[in-house]
Amino acid sequence: MANVAVVRFPGSNCDFDALRAASDTGSNAYFVWHRETDLRGADVVILPGGFSYGDYLRSGAIARFSPVMQAVQHHAAAGGPVLGICNGFQILCEAHLLPGALMRNAGLTFVSKPVDVVVERTDTVFTSDYSAGSRLRLPVAHGEGRFTASADTLRMLEAEGRVVLRYTASSEGSPYQPNPNGSANHIAGISNVAGNIVGIMPHPERVADSLLGTPDGRGFFTSIAAWQPDTTTPKVPSR
Amino acid sequence: MMSFHVHVRVMPRAGLLDPQGLAVEHALSALGFSEAGAVRVGRAIELEVSAPTRDEAMTRARQMCDKLLANPVTEDYLLQVEDA
Repeated sequence: MANVAVVRFPGSNCDFDALRAASDTGSNAYFVWHRETDLRGADVVILPGGFSYGDYLRSGAIARFSPVMQAVQHHAAAGGPVLGICNGFQILCEAHLLPGALMRNAGLTFVSKPVDVVVERTDTVFTSDYSAGSRLRLPVAHGEGRFTASADTLRMLEAEGRVVLRYTASSEGSPYQPNPNGSANHIAGISNVAGNIVGIMPHPERVADSLLGTPDGRGFFTSIAAWQPDTTTPKVPSR
Repeated sequence: MMSFHVHVRVMPRAGLLDPQGLAVEHALSALGFSEAGAVRVGRAIELEVSAPTRDEAMTRARQMCDKLLANPVTEDYLLQVEDA
């Protein structure tokens, strides 16, 4: 059973959803307050969505220096799995655990609606239970989700197969507007090289229970539950 | 120790889409200011820094920008240091 630490910052608001989704799928999930410096034996860390520190300055810019983030950095550097959802993705970028940045949506408005995404990378701790090319309908809820990176970084992400989720194109018949925020290459989520660090804008924890419709997001949490730490794998430094 | 006023101007990097700037430009145009163009919206931050010299205040302020006040991926900053 995976020990899953859900980190709570002042202003996190998807923490209970993440905790419940992880618990319901068989993980031992618990909260860790942002002032703590110990992840209490976590196998997996989730940075949930919300508005940490009121999104002051830039989304995630202040949370990134919370005491707990030092422990998250160590965990990640040792190959430990970290999933950042929405604000958690913003924090991972600000902390340079993932490249690029998430800027104000191109349409300027806060976007809260379901979007269709394709799972492109499945050899991560968080997407192993999906098959490559799976289409998911997941909710997004963000004002700053426009993934932006230098041309070199984008080329690297594509060449190394590090795009985890991508918004589907309008020609694929989705009733939902494609790419809700103008992100580069329609990117909805990326990973580091090793695949232990993943950041995504959509909220799988909000659709992880069949009571709430098609549980398209559940696979993220069943993937975590199925994960076995492989101590023989050499640790790849994060970037 | 002396005290210095530090003005930080943080702007979205040239070439990156600045939807706020575009929206303000459209609003200006709608108000009859059609001569306005290339509008960009950034952020101004003011602070006071205690340092032995002006150069040292500048160095510390630059570190603050690199570490927290600006995002090196998407933003550029300008610093001005004045005697308090």
